[in-house]
Amino acid sequence: MRFPTMREGRGIVLRFMFFMLISGATLLNSAAYGASGKILATPGVFQVEGAAGGGLVPWAQLAGYASDEEFALNGFCSRAQVDDYRLDVCGAQANFYDRVEISLARQNFSVAALDAEIEQDIVGFKTRLYGDIIYTSWPQLSLGVQHKKLADPAIAYLLGAEQDSGTDIYLAVSKLHLGAAAGYNFFWNVAARSTDANQLGILGFGGPRDNRTLNIELSSAIFLNPHWALGFEYRQKPDNLVVREDDWRDLFVAWFPNKSVSLTAAWLDLGDVAGQSDQRGWYFSLGGYW
Amino acid sequence: MIINRSNIVAALRRARGLIGLFLGAIFLAACAVHPKPSLYEQLGGREGVALIVDHLIERIGADDKIFHFYAETKISRFREHLQGQLCAVSDGPCHYAGDSMEQVHAGMMIQEADFNHLVELLIGAMEDAGTPVPAQNRLLARLAPMRGQILHR
Repeated sequence: MRFPTMREGRGIVLRFMFFMLISGATLLNSAAYGASGKILATPGVFQVEGAAGGGLVPWAQLAGYASDEEFALNGFCSRAQVDDYRLDVCGAQANFYDRVEISLARQNFSVAALDAEIEQDIVGFKTRLYGDIIYTSWPQLSLGVQHKKLADPAIAYLLGAEQDSGTDIYLAVSKLHLGAAAGYNFFWNVAARSTDANQLGILGFGGPRDNRTLNIELSSAIFLNPHWALGFEYRQKPDNLVVREDDWRDLFVAWFPNKSVSLTAAWLDLGDVAGQSDQRGWYFSLGGYW
Repeated sequence: MIINRSNIVAALRRARGLIGLFLGAIFLAACAVHPKPSLYEQLGGREGVALIVDHLIERIGADDKIFHFYAETKISRFREHLQGQLCAVSDGPCHYAGDSMEQVHAGMMIQEADFNHLVELLIGAMEDAGTPVPAQNRLLARLAPMRGQILHR
């Protein structure tokens, strides 16, 4: 028997906290407190960097069911498993009066072949500048920032990254069109992100080939009914390092049984990642909303 | 860096194919051909609308969040006017004869969350009434623009 290391200890505590958070949310479903002022499913799910969004792309919606008079708190954990890598993310989001979103996320990236793990922390901020995804005729518009700090930069530096931290800035626009697709609700989101992060930042920031670039990210979904959404995402990626970085895409299905919990599954195509080609696999995400 | 024209052009160029597809999808969705029966017929005509309204009244009556807005509402009058309004808004053979949305909601100070809650009660009522999902969404799309006449009055 051995004691867990400091890092493992933190991981266990974090996992326990999120487990409590999520099971608490499920149990307290429809409790009198907690935010419920938005329509089911309209806040979206949990983006891999902690923001409210799809899986890969941040959306203009702010996290959780808070309306203009409410406060919302969410917690989530997600896992992406592709051929040679695994990424675990857990995070928390707060929404203040549907105006400001603050998020925290911790990513653990495992490389099975090297028995290596890379950890990164992300603090996110998003503010709604204009509109409502349903009710305004122009789409909802939000501005977001994600500050990322890599705890294990050794591999990043080895591959030619220049920094172990960086900040992304994005503008996101989204709209839900009621009944627009043969009677089904149709959602789209476009984000433009200025970033110097390599593979989300897990491979550091900047590099020999490029530094900061502007990237386009797209999401789209059809709601089969108020509880089920099917969609796809596309995320343009920088290509700063000598090892090639490809654009990402996914096909997802999201389930919103009630306003306390959502479950997302996706098929991922991440292309070349850190020298390994054609990384494909699965993604699952479970989140709780207050 | 940072954001200058050549960066934006480069990003757009790289994403050109997908953006085209994406815009195409939006365009198709926006221009989807509506089937022939009127929305009123899709809702089940006179009986369908009456059923939706009755289920909505039931749900409002059992609701602790927004029932207070209706505490002094005369149910028979509410039923008649809402049936007429849903019929008119769905291209049925009716004219809405009630007061304007602004007048009806004056002094109520309805908040965003209240409005969304009523939308969800209506979705529930349409589920109860067996209204098909596309007809539900189309009705909501026609009612959504009234939000501005209802909120914060």
